[in-house]
Amino acid sequence: MTTRTLAVVSAGLSNPSSTRLLADRLTAATVAALRARGDDATVEVVELRAHARDLADNLVTGFPNESLRGAVDTVSGADGLIAVSPIFSASFSGLFKTFFDVLDKEALVGKPVLLGATAGTARHSLALEHAMRPLFAYLRAVTVPTGVFAASEDWAGAGGVDRALADRIDRAAGELADLVSGRPAAARPVDPFADPTTDFGELLRGS
Amino acid sequence: MQFGIFSVSDITPDPTTGRAPTEAERIKAMVTIAQKVEEVGLDVFATGEHHNPPFVMSSPTTYLGYVAAKTSTLLLSTATTLITTNDPVKIAEDYAMLQHLADGRVDLMMGRGNTGPVYPWFGKDIRDGIELAVENYALLRQLWREDVVNSEGKFRTPLQGFTSTPRPLDGVPPFVWHGSIRSPQIAEQAAYYGDGFFHNHIFWPPEHTQRMVEFYRRRFEHYGHGSADQAIVGLGGQVFMRKNSQDAVTEFRPYFDVAPVYGHGPSLEEFSSQTPLTVGSPQQVIERTLGFRDYVGDYQRQLFLIDHAGLPLKTVLEQLDLLGEEVVPVLRKEFAALKPAHVPEAPTHASLVAAAGGARDATVYAATDSVTGQAAAEVEA
Repeated sequence: MTTRTLAVVSAGLSNPSSTRLLADRLTAATVAALRARGDDATVEVVELRAHARDLADNLVTGFPNESLRGAVDTVSGADGLIAVSPIFSASFSGLFKTFFDVLDKEALVGKPVLLGATAGTARHSLALEHAMRPLFAYLRAVTVPTGVFAASEDWAGAGGVDRALADRIDRAAGELADLVSGRPAAARPVDPFADPTTDFGELLRGS
Repeated sequence: MQFGIFSVSDITPDPTTGRAPTEAERIKAMVTIAQKVEEVGLDVFATGEHHNPPFVMSSPTTYLGYVAAKTSTLLLSTATTLITTNDPVKIAEDYAMLQHLADGRVDLMMGRGNTGPVYPWFGKDIRDGIELAVENYALLRQLWREDVVNSEGKFRTPLQGFTSTPRPLDGVPPFVWHGSIRSPQIAEQAAYYGDGFFHNHIFWPPEHTQRMVEFYRRRFEHYGHGSADQAIVGLGGQVFMRKNSQDAVTEFRPYFDVAPVYGHGPSLEEFSSQTPLTVGSPQQVIERTLGFRDYVGDYQRQLFLIDHAGLPLKTVLEQLDLLGEEVVPVLRKEFAALKPAHVPEAPTHASLVAAAGGARDATVYAATDSVTGQAAAEVEA
């Protein structure tokens, strides 16, 4: 049994937050799906609201402070990522975007990612596909085919969750578990301070 | 160990009065500051090079040549010289000329520049930044070390039988540092040549500086210039002092809060704990600065940034008094006591001349001059 690390980024602002609620549902379903595939999972949740000022500071200073550093490292080092944002003004929230703006541009390369979004109305649902998915395509993450959108009415079914939403959650979690459990143990990010593979002298002669 | 000041030459309004100095005032203030650096017993003054407002220092050798005439012991340096967008031929000429005028009191720090648009202003492409730094610096070294240069590279028109004049003073080129905040390739370049490596050490947490310096030291040893702890390391630092530390905080806060680089972000207290910024009493500056050695090892040069963010000249000169009277004498003594004997000092013109086996006149005389058609020997005869 391999233990996989799942990072969960939730950009919900209120407490309780339907964004966090969706993130938790997706997480629980993914952990269950991983177990079904013979893997254990460690979950680390990053609530972006707690880092709102850290993120603004990072934009100004160019580096993450100690508190934000932990969140950045959690996401960069995870085997898989669940990323959930509320939809504001036709797209993910600014807070959500800022977090992915300050990540190293290589941090998500090849990483399996499950996308989720929430809003007050189903009219926002395609923001998941034409705003959120392109962001992760740019970052060269591997997004699972099913993105999960939940509007207010989706929470209204038996047990607080509409059956159709529950099915989408399970399908998406299964897709993420397939990618994560099929993956070699967490690929370490490239160390920029490792000895260069090309000797400087060769570089000079070649230039 | 060498102590000094580095300036970015910014013209920033004083946030407490709203008034910004004129270019004329700022340029003359920078002369006054450099003279004061010598007067209070510090060793080095290094100026930035920028080609856009709010900065005034587009022409470092004009400025440093003037400062050279007004000083007698001060080591003149740069922070940084743009190796990417300056023609390496012009750098070779300008700084050899400065060496002669300043009797060898010159070294340089190479850098790539902090603003993307500067590249096209000089006909270059920012995507070539590292490659330009590598090729141009290789040519610069050649121009200083070989009397007649033939060269063909990717970025510059070829040189055929070119002699850069004047030749370096006493046949010894100035010592070179390479400054980079985040590019291991530049630390690698410094290590390859056995040149110095300088980390700005102002904007980012110390852990980052530590990793860059460790990398440079390891690669310095790899390239056979000595052991890692013998590599030549310089650090920046940013301080503001008053006798009473709370006075320093109160006085500096309005400058900090709107400073161009980090203003409107973290508080002064947060930034002070996250980066090497020290605002407080001279004793606090002494303790913090001595602590730098804990994560970069014994190092050779410490430069402080003190004349930025709109601070008035009078305040800057008071900072220099405190550095000269209370801080640097203690740091010199403490650092010297800690430094093992096998760790070298930063090279100077005198030490480089000695290492070269003594001074030699490096003048290259033309075979015949283009006006009279006569060789020097014929004119004398």
